[in-house]
Formats: sequence, structure tokens, C-alpha cells
Amino acid sequence: MNLAIELKGIEKNYPGVVANHDVDIQIHKGDIHAIIGENGAGKSTLMKILYGMVKPDSGSITINGELASIKSPQDSIGLGIGMVHQHFMLADNATVLENIVLGSEPIKAKVVVDYAAARAKIEKIISTYGLDIHVDDLVSDLGVGERQRVEIAKVLFRGAEILILDEPTAVLVPQEVDDLFKNLKELTQNGLTIIFISHKLDEVMTIADNITVMRHGTTVAEVKPANTNKKQLAEYMIGGELPSPRLASTKPREEKVLEVKDATAKDRTGREILHGINLDIHAGEILGLAGVEGNGQSELIELIMGLVKPDSGSVVTVGLDTKEADLRKIRDEGVGYIPQDRQRDGLLMAAPLWENRILGHQETAPMSNGMWINKGAAKSDSERIIKEFDVRTPSNDVLANALSGGNQQKFIVGREMSGDPKMIIAAQPTRGVDVGAQAIIWDHLIEARLKGTGVLLVSADLDELFKLSDRIAVIFRGSIVDYLDPRTTTPEQLGLAMTGEKIA
Amino acid sequence: MNKKLSKLFWALIAPIAAILFSLIFVSIILMIKGAAPLSTFQLILSYGAESENIIAELNQTIAYYLAGVAAAIGFRMLLFNIGIDGQYRLAIFIAAVVGGATNLPTFLELPLIILTGVVVGALWASIAGYLKVKRNISEVISNIMLNTIASGLIIYLLQPSRLGLKGKNSDNLATPMIPKSGWMPSIHILGGELYSFAFVAIGVGVLYWVVLNKSVFGFNLRATGMSFRAARASGVNAPRMIFITMALSGAIAGLTGMGELLSSTHTYSLAFPTGYALTGLALALLGRNNPIGIAFAAFFWAFLEQAAPILDLNGIPKEIVMMMQGSIILSTVASYEIVKRITRRQQQRLVGAVDAPQVVTEAKGDKA
Repeated sequence: MNLAIELKGIEKNYPGVVANHDVDIQIHKGDIHAIIGENGAGKSTLMKILYGMVKPDSGSITINGELASIKSPQDSIGLGIGMVHQHFMLADNATVLENIVLGSEPIKAKVVVDYAAARAKIEKIISTYGLDIHVDDLVSDLGVGERQRVEIAKVLFRGAEILILDEPTAVLVPQEVDDLFKNLKELTQNGLTIIFISHKLDEVMTIADNITVMRHGTTVAEVKPANTNKKQLAEYMIGGELPSPRLASTKPREEKVLEVKDATAKDRTGREILHGINLDIHAGEILGLAGVEGNGQSELIELIMGLVKPDSGSVVTVGLDTKEADLRKIRDEGVGYIPQDRQRDGLLMAAPLWENRILGHQETAPMSNGMWINKGAAKSDSERIIKEFDVRTPSNDVLANALSGGNQQKFIVGREMSGDPKMIIAAQPTRGVDVGAQAIIWDHLIEARLKGTGVLLVSADLDELFKLSDRIAVIFRGSIVDYLDPRTTTPEQLGLAMTGEKIA
Repeated sequence: MNKKLSKLFWALIAPIAAILFSLIFVSIILMIKGAAPLSTFQLILSYGAESENIIAELNQTIAYYLAGVAAAIGFRMLLFNIGIDGQYRLAIFIAAVVGGATNLPTFLELPLIILTGVVVGALWASIAGYLKVKRNISEVISNIMLNTIASGLIIYLLQPSRLGLKGKNSDNLATPMIPKSGWMPSIHILGGELYSFAFVAIGVGVLYWVVLNKSVFGFNLRATGMSFRAARASGVNAPRMIFITMALSGAIAGLTGMGELLSSTHTYSLAFPTGYALTGLALALLGRNNPIGIAFAAFFWAFLEQAAPILDLNGIPKEIVMMMQGSIILSTVASYEIVKRITRRQQQRLVGAVDAPQVVTEAKGDKA
């Protein structure tokens, strides 16, 4: 068998922590090999070892049959290993060509960058692997999917034959994921090997030839997608059975926390983006909002929160007409908001957790008494959230930017649920978090519903919508096109409705 | 306690490293010039510490401190208030005019003059704030223009036919003298006259710290500075916060130079110094927006400038002091960034210790 990489008994200790131990992985040439595991399972450390950013304490790495000693990323690149990072490292105001050659420019006559040679080489890479990018485009004009392809081209330009992709789909919308997968297939057909780091089971099942599961710093299982299923993979990942959320059979209450009547809204350029929206949410109900991203979901959230005023029709959020009440008043009346972009909209990244606990509640007790911030209350309630939501942090003094994404999200969810809000707007609440965090977040959303909170669940994850929603509203091109009952609808029907097809 | 000490250590290490670096840099320059670094520093230190100089330095510190706090408020909102210069000069000018035109009892006259300065500074700055919030115009550009406009306005209004007077023995234009009721007494100390406006400056520093760190308003301000979008999503009217912060920065800028006006000159003339904006910004940077840090930085600055002339008398160019100041600012920026990275890495290691697995004795039986 032709092995591209063989890892044997890799171990890495940090002071007081074992990050990796007894890691054994065999990766076949030409495979897409997925490595999955929860946040903190040791995937990143392992990849850093492979890429030469971290030195292992023991164990061996064999590349293409030869024992390798990787001391730096340069060594790793020399061995044909390339890394596509989750967060792109591109210069916005340079062209694709310039970005790709940056750092490894072909030189002619000893001093001049040989752009012609570079261009030819890049064009060849693009056409061979069907990457669909244009070398003269400015990176600032590119979308996320294209930027990722530039990153891939960059790695290929440096002669990589083994590509490590660190959570490549975390930043992509579904269509872009499909495109990426096509590219990856193309790459492996040309003999390249791909290591695909992820915690999205769906994707792994679709794309991978082989799956290695990591837990607690070590490899616990190696399976082929054909011989397993998502449930089993999830159980390997968390080391036990996954609790499956069940909605208690309580009926939503009579009172409404949200009433949107025939509301239309325009964007800044004056174009109408929401048309005749009618939407009610009752107390004790989870309303799922399904839709392909970019069909008016974020505008609808802004409309409900009063950040955008309706041009016609009316929006009454927790009993307040948004034409008169500003967001402060609406939030203080009892609206929790779990934003989709948690790092930009949900957290003060450079502030400690306890200050982040105050955010959104700064003008209501117990976080403040009118004029003054109550630091003691903020600290003790942060502790409560850290315990109840299993936020992995040494203390509430840690800056938000030191936590992993899943733990940031758990903290936000905990914060937004405190004080028993009348309504919660949850936008993609479990996107990019591991299954453990997902289970905790789901449990708490269900619990909030039981307590009588009305929840607007905006999600692109059909599984999540079906598991949690009492009703599912479908948004398409700025209109609510359908209401579905998750108990009688199939995922296929929902998928169809999301593309604007009416279900007969 | 231990945690507090380590926090203090990391807060102090950056400016100390910056000053050390600058001393080394200046030493090299001095050696190239053929002067002995150690004796030069000795000279600055002993001359600056002479008692009559200390009082002059403290009086200068008051003005620098207020300019620094004004800049720091802006920094907390990511605003670069380079308009402090125009705000302060226009504020002091109008305050002097109002003081010169009124003669109320002291307990009314003094607050009237001070308040006029605060209001004028705030109003002038709020022009830039308005343009920033409503028209998305960089406050740097508008403030630079407003500085120039303020200069023009003052010169126009200082003409004898308008609000100004011509000095008896000079061609220098000035506002009418403020009556005695509008004079602020000085404190006789160390054989000098220390402006009692120092107490106002200290009060401003305390207020700055308390409001920013303890109040809901301060939280909203800092939140907006850290993340406009997160603050907005949390219910803060973020554009309004930006506007208010700009005005507040201008209000404090309006107090800069007030000590000199009330306790020394009692009139505004074109002799009032310019350039407080850049000094204020540098001091806020050096003092890390911390009210005590800025105080030390302001005194350090005033000390260096007061001591500079002695160098010329000893055949060393006094511009050495400016080089020192410049290199301190540059290395401060760098060393704060380094400290920030170190402390962040420390935190991440701490988080890693609880977030990463600690169980080693996991059975690997379920390997498929």
C-alpha cells in the first residue's frame, strides 16, 4: 500500500497538559483523509506538528516511506506538505498573482521577479485543478470561496503534494462547500493527498475516503464512511452516546412575543429587500426560519430588533412597536440575541469574560443599578454561565479572544439566556461549534422554550431546524414563502421550499 | 494579590523598556557627538530637579496632563483627536473674552470662565464628531482643518477693532484683562507659584477613571470603542456614543491652558503655545490611557523640556531631548504590542490547560 504519511506514537506535552499521545494515523496517497474531533481533541496540535510549527516529544513521522524530521514549516514545505489555514492570509490590495508568488517569487537575472514564468505556472495549476480564479483580480474583490481557492493555489504553487485543510468549510456557504468539494476531488484525482480537518459530520461523510476520529488527544477510531454513520462518528467523538434533543410536548402559549404584519423594508440604497412579511412567534414556541443564506434573514433580524424600521406594515417585538422603541428599550424588555457573527457582533474580544457578561444587559439589574456597573454581579454570574454551559476557561478574567470558538459561543448563549428573556433571536447558534457544545446549546434552547421563551431560530442546518422547531417558516428572496410542520415535512420538501418551489 | 502584582508588572514593563531603549538610543547619538551620555543624563536630572524648575515643570504638567486625558478619552473610542490644539486655543480665548467682559463675585466668575472653556471646547470638537457620525468624515482630517480655522478665527477676533487689545509695550494682541475676581490663587511652595488649577486637573483624572471604569456610560463608551458592531447589537446607540466622546474629549481639551490663564497671564494672547494636540496624543499613548500613567508621562515630558536649555549651555544640542521624546514614543508603541502578545499567549496557555484534554489513561479499546 502506498502511504503518503504515517504517524506513529506521536506524543506532545505542554506544561500540565497532554495535547497528543499515542497518535497513530496512516494516510494513503491520493486519499481525502478526514480528521475529526471536538474542539480541543488535539487536531490542531497534531497538524502543527505535521507542519513543523510544533515539535513532538516522541513518535515518528514517515512521509512517502521515508522517516522525516520536520523542524520548521520550511522543512514541511520542502517535503511537499502545504497548509491552508482556516483564516486566510492574503493581502487585500494585491492581485491573485502577487499573493500567490509572495514569499517564493521565481527570480530571473538574480534580481527581477519573473512574473511571466510565475503566471504560466499558476495558469497551469488553475487549469489542471479547475480552480476557477483569475490571476489579475484584486483579492479585495473576491468572495470567500475564491479567496480559499487562492490559498489552495498558493500552496500548490510551492509544490505541495499533501494539503492540510484546517476546517475549510467553516467560512463557506453551502454552494461554496459544493464547489470546494469538487476542487478537492479534482486534486486527488491528480494524485494529491488531502488531510481534511473538520467537525462537521455531514461533510466528512460526503467527501472523505477515510476518517480518523480523535478524542482527548489521541486517535480513537479509523473508519471508512461506507462502514459507519453520523451517529456512530459523533459517539466516537464524545466517547459516549449523544443525547438527542426532544421537544417536550408542551403547547406554545397564547400570548405573542413577536408580531410582524405586512412589513416591508428597504436597504440603504432604497431597494426593497423584505416584502410583506407576516410572522408571529408565541411564548413557549421555537419558530425555525429556514432559507439559503442571503435571502433576507439578517435584514429580518434587524427589522425585528428595531435597527431597521419597517417602511410599511408594523413590527411589534415583545409588545413594543419598533417604530417607537429603540434597540436598547427592546433588549431591556427581554430580548436575547445570539448573533451569527459571534466575534464581531456578540463579543468584546479584547475584554475579559465578566465584562462580556454585561454586554447587552448594561442598563438593567443586576448588571447595573442605573448609573453604575455592578462588577461583583457580573463576575458571579459569569461563573454561573461558565459552570452551567461548560465554558472551558480558567477564570472569568480571561479575555474573550483567548477562548476557542465553541466556548465563546457557549458563553454568548449563556449570557443571552440569563434573566429569562421573553424572546431569543438565535442566528446559526451552533455553526462552527463541536457536537458537545451543540448538544449543550440545543438543550438550553429547549429549556428556554419550556420556560415560556419564544425563540426565533435562524439556521441553515436542516437537522437543527427539524429537531428544535415547533414550526418552520421558509424565507426566500425576502418573502416568507411557506410555513411547514416539522413533524410532517421531509428534509427534501424543506430543501425544495428553500429554493422557492411551492410544496403541493 | 499575586495576580495584581503581575498585572502591575506587565503594565509597567512596557513604558520602562521604552524609556531604557530610548536612553540607549540617545546614548549612541551622544557618543557619536562626542559627549558622555551618563554625565549628560546627570546634567538633565540635576537641573530639572532644581526646586524653581520643579514648580515650572508641575505647572506645565497640568496643561500636558489635561491634553493627555482629552486624547485618552478619544483613544478609548478609537478616535484620534488631533483637534485638541484648536479646541484648547479657541476655548481659552473665548473664556478669556468672557472673563474680561464680566466682573462677578469670584464664586461665580471662576466657574463661568472655566465652564465657558469646557463648553467651547466641546462645541468645537462636536463639529468633527458630527461630521464623523453623519457624513463618515475622518475626524483626523476635519480636526486638522478645524485647527486651522480656529487659528484664523482667533486672529480675526483678536483685532483691536473687535475683541482684542493691543498691548501697551508691545505689538502683541491680547484679550482684555480678566478682573481680579476671576483670578485663581497660586500655591506658594518650594519658592515657586504652583497653579491651584492642579486640583481641577486631578479631579478630571479621577472623574475620567471613575466614569470610564465604573459607570454604565463608560461601559458603553469602551464597548463602542472595542467593537462598534457588538456595542450596537447590545443596544448601545453607537453613533451617538462616538459623537458624545468627541465632544467630551473637546471639553477636557478646553481646560488645557486654563491654569495659565487663571493664575498667570489673566489674558489670552498669541503667546499661548500651540502643539498640545500632538503632545497630548503622545502622552495618552505613553500613559496607556491610564489617568495615573498619563500623569507620570506628563511630568516626565515637562521635566525633559524644562531641563533641555541647560544642555545648550554645556555645548550639547538641546534637540537631544526631542530625540529622546521621539524615540520613547516609537518604542512605546512597539513595546506595548510585544507585551500584549506575551500576555495573550499566557492567557491562551491557561485556557489551553482547561480546554485541552487532561485524561491520559483513556482506554483505546473502541478503536475500530
